[in-house]
Amino acid sequence: MTFSLASILALALLAPALADDKPDPVADQKAFQRFFIEKFPKVKYEDFVNGPYSMDEGLHRQWEEKEQFPPYEFAVETGKEMFATPFKNGKTYADCFANKGIGIRQNYPTFDEKEGKVITLELALNRCREANGEAPYNYLKDEMASLTAYMAFTSRGQKMDIRIPNDPRALQAYENGKRYFYTRRGQLNFSCATCHVQSPGEHIRAEILAPALGIMNAMPIYRSEWSGMGTTSRRFLTCNSQTRAVPLEPQSDEYRDLEYYLSYVSNGLPISGPGARP
Amino acid sequence: MTNMTRNIVLAAVLLMPGAVPALAASEADFKAAYAAAEAAEKQADQLRNKWTTTEAQLAAAKKAASTGDFDAAIAAAREAEALANASIYQATSEKTRWKDLEIR
Repeated sequence: MTFSLASILALALLAPALADDKPDPVADQKAFQRFFIEKFPKVKYEDFVNGPYSMDEGLHRQWEEKEQFPPYEFAVETGKEMFATPFKNGKTYADCFANKGIGIRQNYPTFDEKEGKVITLELALNRCREANGEAPYNYLKDEMASLTAYMAFTSRGQKMDIRIPNDPRALQAYENGKRYFYTRRGQLNFSCATCHVQSPGEHIRAEILAPALGIMNAMPIYRSEWSGMGTTSRRFLTCNSQTRAVPLEPQSDEYRDLEYYLSYVSNGLPISGPGARP
Repeated sequence: MTNMTRNIVLAAVLLMPGAVPALAASEADFKAAYAAAEAAEKQADQLRNKWTTTEAQLAAAKKAASTGDFDAAIAAAREAEALANASIYQATSEKTRWKDLEIR
């Protein structure tokens, strides 16, 4: 068998391109973090978890004052009480989680190798309820926001630590999440990255856009715009509808994979949730 | 009256404003327009990329049809179809274009 010089050259040119297409979460995470660190050299690394408050000195001062009487405090208290209240069968949420559910927020989402899918904290909480004969909660706010607020609060300061096991399905889930993050959708033709990579620190109407780096670490959040708490699911759904895209169902595979990707690239940053946002 | 004169008179009458009312759209026309819009939106749904504006136009088309305003209903249905087709184009082109935005 003989190869022409042209075909050898073509293969040589194609090889790096093929290599580029192979998912490499470690390289992605490094590039992702470097991008924001270089874009915002004055922002302290740990401060990225404070979203828009990290982008502007005036807003940062507002945030410091807000933190003295944080609007999410009620949710943390409610969540704590709910967490300790036994189900009808006598078991509690603590029975469903490692370390009895305390200080584990940084490990979610996790990849379940039995199921072959991403499991978010919100999903794990509702599965825990259903396994114990309780009805699942609405994924967007209220009880779910309170429970996740409490669990995040017990994990504050822990560094995000999302693992991608050596399982092609996990790598695919990560890659799907990345694709979702960068894909433009809705009539406004916006991707998540349009706001949170290309434009953090810029105004969109009255709001200052948050950087994507560390954005998951503050979840769930109290938003003044919502006059209440909202979960990660709520944040994804409202982002979609703001671009005039019909949101997917909460905890759809796409949203679970998106949370997996976004959390992974923020590995190393501390959990700051629950957060407060304008 | 010659044939030519008669034809001219007839044409003039027909061209008089109001002599021939504009053909109003029928329910059948609306149903055809709505079915085309729905089919496009179904395809957008399969691509997991429906737009809120398409849904709003589909709802507006149904509402107008329910009041018998088939002209408005057809206009809304056609708008919905155009929006759905745009969302299909977006989803299809983004299958590869998303990589242009990726941080590397």
